[in-house]
Amino acid sequence: MKYAALKKENLNKWLEYLKSKARLYAPKKKENQFVFRPVKNVDEACLKYIPTVIPPKKYYFPQKEKLLKFTVEPFHTAKAIAEFEEFILFAVHTCDIAGIQCMDVAFKEGPEDPNYLNRKEKMTIIGIECLEYCDTHANCASMATHVPRGGYDLMLVDIGEKFIIHINSEKGERLVRNVSYIKEAGAEDMAVLCFVREKKKNIFKEEFSAGLDRVYQAFGDGFKHKVWQDVGRRCVACGNCTMVCPTCYCFDVVDDMDLSLNSGLRYRIWNSCQMDDFAKVAGGEDFRKGRENRQRHRYYRKFRYPVDKFNRYFCTGCGRCSRACMAGINLVETVNALMDGGKLNNA
Amino acid sequence: MLDREILLEKMKTSPYRPMRSKIIEARMLTDKEKFFRIELEDNTRLSYGPGQFVMVSIFGFGEAPISICSSPTDKGYIDLTVRNAGSFTNKLHQLGEGDIVGIRGPFGKGFPVDNMFGCDLVIVAGGLGIVPLRSLIRYLMHNRNDFGSVQILLGCKTPKDLLFGQETKEWMRRAEIKFNCTVDRADPDWKGNVGLITHLIPGVDINPTRTYAVVVGPPIMYKFVIAELLKKHIPDHQIIVSLERRMRCGLGKCGHCQIEGVYVCQSGPVFDYAQLKKFRGECHEKN
Repeated sequence: MKYAALKKENLNKWLEYLKSKARLYAPKKKENQFVFRPVKNVDEACLKYIPTVIPPKKYYFPQKEKLLKFTVEPFHTAKAIAEFEEFILFAVHTCDIAGIQCMDVAFKEGPEDPNYLNRKEKMTIIGIECLEYCDTHANCASMATHVPRGGYDLMLVDIGEKFIIHINSEKGERLVRNVSYIKEAGAEDMAVLCFVREKKKNIFKEEFSAGLDRVYQAFGDGFKHKVWQDVGRRCVACGNCTMVCPTCYCFDVVDDMDLSLNSGLRYRIWNSCQMDDFAKVAGGEDFRKGRENRQRHRYYRKFRYPVDKFNRYFCTGCGRCSRACMAGINLVETVNALMDGGKLNNA
Repeated sequence: MLDREILLEKMKTSPYRPMRSKIIEARMLTDKEKFFRIELEDNTRLSYGPGQFVMVSIFGFGEAPISICSSPTDKGYIDLTVRNAGSFTNKLHQLGEGDIVGIRGPFGKGFPVDNMFGCDLVIVAGGLGIVPLRSLIRYLMHNRNDFGSVQILLGCKTPKDLLFGQETKEWMRRAEIKFNCTVDRADPDWKGNVGLITHLIPGVDINPTRTYAVVVGPPIMYKFVIAELLKKHIPDHQIIVSLERRMRCGLGKCGHCQIEGVYVCQSGPVFDYAQLKKFRGECHEKN
């Protein structure tokens, strides 16, 4: 079975089933925004949502993660901790799946990061394909992440009364096999799927003013472009853009001693290249001084450096950095301004 | 339960786990710099090259990248020299003989000693730059017949800031090494040069095609020294530098040490000037 079909009326039943198999995380409404949360009540899972405030990276690359447990005296107990359980991420957008693929590439590059890889092994990804734009901040069509391209175990497509489920791994198949109300998709279902995908082509249009080759080129030429001054002037160095980015993985390492002052934990915690001490050394020299340079660095880590290194863009088009920016710095506007040589509208 | 055991087994090889290591010697070299000789647990010895660094842990205080200043030819221990410059190094300075620290590494790419075979060497050290260079100098000493002439130019602020001065003079006596030292500000007892290290370079006799220049010092020093070396027609790829950056992992992940697309902890800290030239910003050593 490669494609299955699930009637919408059976969705909650299936969610209950998934919940019984492993820890289940799904998007949930929180005030006017959405967040990934452990599913307690299956009614609360949202399948139609604007990208969650924090991407699901918080589950496979936790904001605060134990690296070591240590004892000072005797020293020998410096043993790494592993506490992982099987979990399912439900209703992940294709942009966030692209983000997971980027993280895979970065953490698998030698020397491998065992913490990330161990956690990732325990993860089952059930995606949902967007059939229209979540909001105006997304640039997924330009990044070509608006359609599924692997990286998931199951992918849901809403075709009206049913979901078509693309089965993309054995792990995924185990979650639909022997479930009485999930049937193999018929020829009619597949025809509707084709129709839905075709319709999508008229909805999603490249958001950048030119293709990615041109974007890459513009970053090659634009290191000293005035757009960075404009962005730097507005940036308040809060680090929101990097916290919410599905492909930002910079971290700091901190020790936490317990009251005995003899044992404790070493954590890694998310850090942001937008913080002013990020590249400062003990002697006081700061190698990325100035918000304009730090913002430029962030953009180059999405559109230039990883392309040279991994042949992969580290922007997934989710739009979170634009949504979360307190100063209204917009990714699409910035990239377009870099290409057009023009000034930003609201600069 | 089974799953958990397998994971713990895997995590034993975690690159984040430091080795238990014992300080077997510790002494102040100047008011600010302390020397440590360190023995690693279970007779394991780091296999490293001159110019590589380790991450030193003091549990409860954190971890910092520190250059190894011994040579791989020094068996059974590694040497570190640390300036008291921040909260971590301040704590490290409080430790002495018999105390335990954690060591991870070695990390990075060291000096290209194999490429330097059969070449003359000009070693330019400014201030703390002599620390990683001591690793190279000791290596050269122990493999003296593999290399041509060796000249060391050492610069520091005042005579009392001089690190390893006595040791360097000893090498001079035993092997053919030329040693020239200059200070920014002399004291009444100082009989050597006074002035910037760049002033020593014009006087050095160099055959550029067979010479490697190795330069380590504060960021401000590089551009002036490199300009002088280029005047001597040393090719870009034979001018070698070592860069200092903030680091948290040593594994090319945490992002702190990045210069444009390059992780210094993995691709460096040693670079040649041809590589350095390609950086457009974020590299104060070049601009």
